[in-house]
Amino acid sequence: MESIAQQAVQADPWRNFAAGDWQTRVNVRNFIQLNYQPYAGDAGFLAVATERTQALWAALGELLKQERAKGVLDVSADRGTSITAHDAGYIDPKLELIVGLQTDAPLKRAIMPNGGLRMVEAGLAAYGFTLDPVIKEVWSKYRKSHNQGVFDTYTPEILAARKSGIITGLPDAYGRGRIIGDYRRVALYGTDFLRKERQQVFHELDDAVFTEDVLRQREELSEQFRALDELREMAAKYGYDISRPAVNAREAVQWTYFAYLAAVKEQNGAAMSLGRIATFLDIYIERDLAAGVLTEAQAQELIDDLVIKLRIVRFLRTPEYDQLFSGDPTWVTESIGGMGEDGRTLVSKNSFRFLNTLYNLGPAPEPNLTVLWSTALPQGFKDFCAKVSIDTSSIQYENDDLMRPYWGDDYGIACCVSAMRIGKQMQFFGARANLAKAMLYAINGGRDEKSGAIVAHGFEPIRDDVLDFDTVMARFDKMMDWLAATYVKALNCIHYMHDKYAYERIEMALHDRDILRTMACGIAGLSVAADSLSAIKHARVHVIRNEDGLAVDYRIEGDYPAYGNNDDRVDSMAVWLTETFMNKIKAQPYFYRNATPTQSVLTITSNVVYGKKTGNTPCGRRAGEPFAPGANPMNGRDVHGFVAAGASVAKLPYAAALDGISWTASATPDALGHTAEDRVANLSHCLDGFAAAGGFHVNVNVFRRETLLDAMEHPELYPQLTIRVSGYAVNFVKLTREQQLDVINRTFHGSL
Amino acid sequence: MTQQHVVHAPLRQGELTGYVHSTESGAGVDGPGMRFVYFMSGCQFRCQYCHNPDTWKLHAGRLLTVEQAVAEIASYAGFLKFAGGVTISGGEPLMQAEFVGALFAAIKQRYGLHTALDTQGFLHANVDDAWFDQVDLVLLDIKHSDPQRYLEITGQALQPTLDFAQRLKRLGKPMWLRYVLVPGLTDGAEDIARLADYAASLGSKVQRVEVLPFHQMGAGKWAQLGLDYPLAATPTPTVVEVEAARSVFAARGLTVC
Repeated sequence: MESIAQQAVQADPWRNFAAGDWQTRVNVRNFIQLNYQPYAGDAGFLAVATERTQALWAALGELLKQERAKGVLDVSADRGTSITAHDAGYIDPKLELIVGLQTDAPLKRAIMPNGGLRMVEAGLAAYGFTLDPVIKEVWSKYRKSHNQGVFDTYTPEILAARKSGIITGLPDAYGRGRIIGDYRRVALYGTDFLRKERQQVFHELDDAVFTEDVLRQREELSEQFRALDELREMAAKYGYDISRPAVNAREAVQWTYFAYLAAVKEQNGAAMSLGRIATFLDIYIERDLAAGVLTEAQAQELIDDLVIKLRIVRFLRTPEYDQLFSGDPTWVTESIGGMGEDGRTLVSKNSFRFLNTLYNLGPAPEPNLTVLWSTALPQGFKDFCAKVSIDTSSIQYENDDLMRPYWGDDYGIACCVSAMRIGKQMQFFGARANLAKAMLYAINGGRDEKSGAIVAHGFEPIRDDVLDFDTVMARFDKMMDWLAATYVKALNCIHYMHDKYAYERIEMALHDRDILRTMACGIAGLSVAADSLSAIKHARVHVIRNEDGLAVDYRIEGDYPAYGNNDDRVDSMAVWLTETFMNKIKAQPYFYRNATPTQSVLTITSNVVYGKKTGNTPCGRRAGEPFAPGANPMNGRDVHGFVAAGASVAKLPYAAALDGISWTASATPDALGHTAEDRVANLSHCLDGFAAAGGFHVNVNVFRRETLLDAMEHPELYPQLTIRVSGYAVNFVKLTREQQLDVINRTFHGSL
Repeated sequence: MTQQHVVHAPLRQGELTGYVHSTESGAGVDGPGMRFVYFMSGCQFRCQYCHNPDTWKLHAGRLLTVEQAVAEIASYAGFLKFAGGVTISGGEPLMQAEFVGALFAAIKQRYGLHTALDTQGFLHANVDDAWFDQVDLVLLDIKHSDPQRYLEITGQALQPTLDFAQRLKRLGKPMWLRYVLVPGLTDGAEDIARLADYAASLGSKVQRVEVLPFHQMGAGKWAQLGLDYPLAATPTPTVVEVEAARSVFAARGLTVC
């Protein structure tokens, strides 16, 4: 085999870069650390959109309008997609600086039957398209899908738990996503270098004992090797040779995007995140700026053009999926900013340019721009972030000071809040278990409060008329044991089959061979469960049973402290729930591929569906009423303002929820200050305060209730109105009416 | 679920106590930065455009010791260091001056936070100069510049408030003047000009003048209390009107927003 070192000395693409370990082996972090320029200034240098950018965005605007009207503009239903399935496609080749589409036309969605043919058929039917009969034959006669594999192994209890909604959103019928390829590697090294590296690590295993694990890995490495070849072939259709490294800024952006594009051609993952590319690309931009071959306006154009592409990533999904994750999200999450382990900020001018796209192209939910916040960030960047938040409600913040000790300084966020070292770590996405419903099961002895069916077997119901705290806690503890066991079993089924039938070839080709895998469990209904426990302890909760003896409602006598008011009497219960369920997950005997179990407190928009599937709860919440999203307090119960709410949320320990803790806060502009300058300073100080208090994540929305009400009535006037929901952002007008109302009914911290 | 849930130790005989109507932890409009705000109960004014009429009655609140009141910010102190400080508002905090003074002192001693007093100043004569040592900033609300109109709007005299402003000037205490612009009530050109002249005469310690557009957010509270809201039909001033009023202050070299 050819030596890697010989390849690397081909110096031209790497001219003027500081030499280092990165030249002889794949080590993007090393390249960044040796070459990037921290930027401590303000936003004054930024350039506005060029005429070309505006024309391109306007051309796309027409198509987006048609798509909004139809739901799905077009589908390529004639072929199962792959990295090379489609010819080159363009929005307008005369205007595009960065090229590449998922299919051969903009907004035309691909089908990915490896995940499950039934899902493809349902997605097509929902929008009036029909499946090519050959595809149907292949995937029903000759080729098994992930979905079929999972259902071949599920237990009756898993099926019952799934049906009742105590476990919901499992990626057993859609792609699991939440894997971030290190797309930067393609720009820095080119595919030849990367293919050779795969060969090398493949042959290192030639003399290993061929256990099932090793055999699987060898097969995967071969698939990855092939996927890199397909990536090169795909780029060639657009006229680019990416077998070699990128030689300038434009190529670096293009190569990185091609790598990402291959991933979204191959996988319909729930979240297809981008990673942390801004400061990496800045190194190329700075080199070209210094050489006088690029202007600031041109640099911004490259990023604007890339972001245009990221905004039109699309997947064909089913109406059931849309109910869970509303507004057609793709979670093209780009992590921006943060601090380095050596104390230098990782903010570069390109960090600003990414945020500036929200001005140049207007607000948008994708890419999911995520600022890695540290109290040590340069003030100029903090102020610009705050300003962008206030103006667009399109960015989210995650606490770099909390994550860096765990994940170093080259991690990115997958999906909403899941941190992972880029190219060195992936997760097995596990959706979430419903703790509020588990409490009802504890009261009803495993019987579902809505259907009356026994879901968890072997439990006795509580027969008291007034709930006794200690009794409920004892039963709840046992029920959580059952839930954790059932849940982890389901996840083991899912990820075994996903690896087998819908393997992420190109994304994994852009990882190290040996990586950390996490099993990312999650909980929903945290505030409902905590408030219910608080009500049982601090007030008197009478049980109302139906004729079958099933507890279906509760009457509360007296007041109880509610989570979200910075009151330790109940906040401690939310902490206890988080830690206890994590421990019960950890106690499970087996995690597929030795995954490390983690947990998130995140619901995305599925808080609405969870609420629908959960009966009356002892906290006074009515059956069907939405849960609060993520770690949020229940709507209207956080009566002490958003600082108190944030203080409650910040108490949840990150150590027990390493997959992230999501909080969504909305404020009116008037509450943030009287002047634009005051608002920027205040929001930036709030973010510092929240981060210093140990808060993990916050979605910041700044708008007036009236704006949303008006947008509900006149959606055509608000095509780009963007709001942050739990962990992502959506076009408000694309939400279902139910979800729009849920957003509006959420506490608006603003009026006195 | 309500705000009355904090468990209190029994009051000791003779311990200093005050009535706190409510607290709010996320306001960015009552002093610099984000403020933790104590709304004290009780006000001797009955302003026609009051947006907190539920704080008028002294006993419409929780009876707290200074220790209990200061404990409420304990878990926010770190945040407030970064983000802003503490404002005591109302109601009229000077109605309970002894308690409020002790609360300010405790906040300063224990946490070293920025403190602000939000007042209309009517009762300032009840406290001595030293009382203000613990106060970093006074938000002085001047309802009107014409004594007769002031009396009509508030039910009280204007002069004590003007005296208070002079006193703050003498003490060198930073102040923000606040003026609510109410169409038909406080938006007369002469009235605004008179106030602006007065504000300018107070010198550099007037760090900012806030012209606050009247809003209808208090209407619900009037209704809940079964009171007739005299300004039920009053509109919110337009952006142009607010800017015009602000420019009157700005023209005199004042920082205005």
